[in-house]
Amino acid sequence: KAVVSTQSTGAAPTHKTKQVQGEKNGGSRQVPLAKKPRFYPTEDSKNPLNNRRKVKPTKLRSTISPGSVLILLAGVHRGKRVVCLKQLPSGLLLVTGPYKINGVPLRRVDQAYVIATSTKVELPAMPESLTDALFKRKAKPTKNEKEMFVENTTEEPKISAEKIALQKEVDALVVPAVKKVDMLQSYLRSRFTLTKGQFPHEMKF
Amino acid sequence: AVVSTQSTGAIVTGYKRGLRNQHSSISLLKIEGVDTKGDTEFYHGKRVAYIYRGQKARKNKVTKRETKLRVIWGKIRRAHGSSGLVRASFRTNLPPKAIGATVRVMLYPSRV
Repeated sequence: KAVVSTQSTGAAPTHKTKQVQGEKNGGSRQVPLAKKPRFYPTEDSKNPLNNRRKVKPTKLRSTISPGSVLILLAGVHRGKRVVCLKQLPSGLLLVTGPYKINGVPLRRVDQAYVIATSTKVELPAMPESLTDALFKRKAKPTKNEKEMFVENTTEEPKISAEKIALQKEVDALVVPAVKKVDMLQSYLRSRFTLTKGQFPHEMKF
Repeated sequence: AVVSTQSTGAIVTGYKRGLRNQHSSISLLKIEGVDTKGDTEFYHGKRVAYIYRGQKARKNKVTKRETKLRVIWGKIRRAHGSSGLVRASFRTNLPPKAIGATVRVMLYPSRV
């Protein structure tokens, strides 16, 4: 085996020079300080390669930016025109009607289910609390044996009070920005539809 | 004909075929208003739904409603020829009675 000299790099000494007798034996030999173990596996195990992948959110389409008006293509709110607030770390877009205008609440939507229009709204700074954590489902409290057959008397409200408060806060920022633009409020109220003779491949959004 | 407000219509013209053999795993669709190969680019990858009626009402797993309507979902794969026809593949192959029937072309996944 070829011995790679590490002495020259200035690292900790791994080999020791030993004098060897005999004329034809080269005089000295590099002997490893730490001997290899007597029993070693028949096959060298490979070290797994380093995973240097950094998880990034989905690449945002160039036509989408905070304040763009988007058309939702699927789901309960299909056809509605909404304002894009930002892209969340999960990659999804955070969107709001605003709720006051067209009934779309703070909602996450995937880029693929959205058509970006060229209309833009100038948005002021949004509250910091708009993250994915807002949409995490709350675990239902597990009932022990006694409580299992007892009816749940207190009804959990469908939308938490904090979400409603946050919605009002965001609407208070977005609605005035929408009202500044001529006819934008009624535009957001209306729905996108395809009628006879209209073909999406011919449209410019 | 306007099939629905959030989708375009397409007619199933048949299966991919040579003169004497047909391959039923790929259907050919004629999308309304598309008559050149260049126009079809918008529709590549778009989801497509063949909606039909059954005899018995079944519970829809998504809407949880009892309905007689049934769907076969698919997607538009690529253009077929230079006159705007398009190849689509469905989760299960389209039944032959779908030939001549209208299919809904959705606007998602969107690349606009």
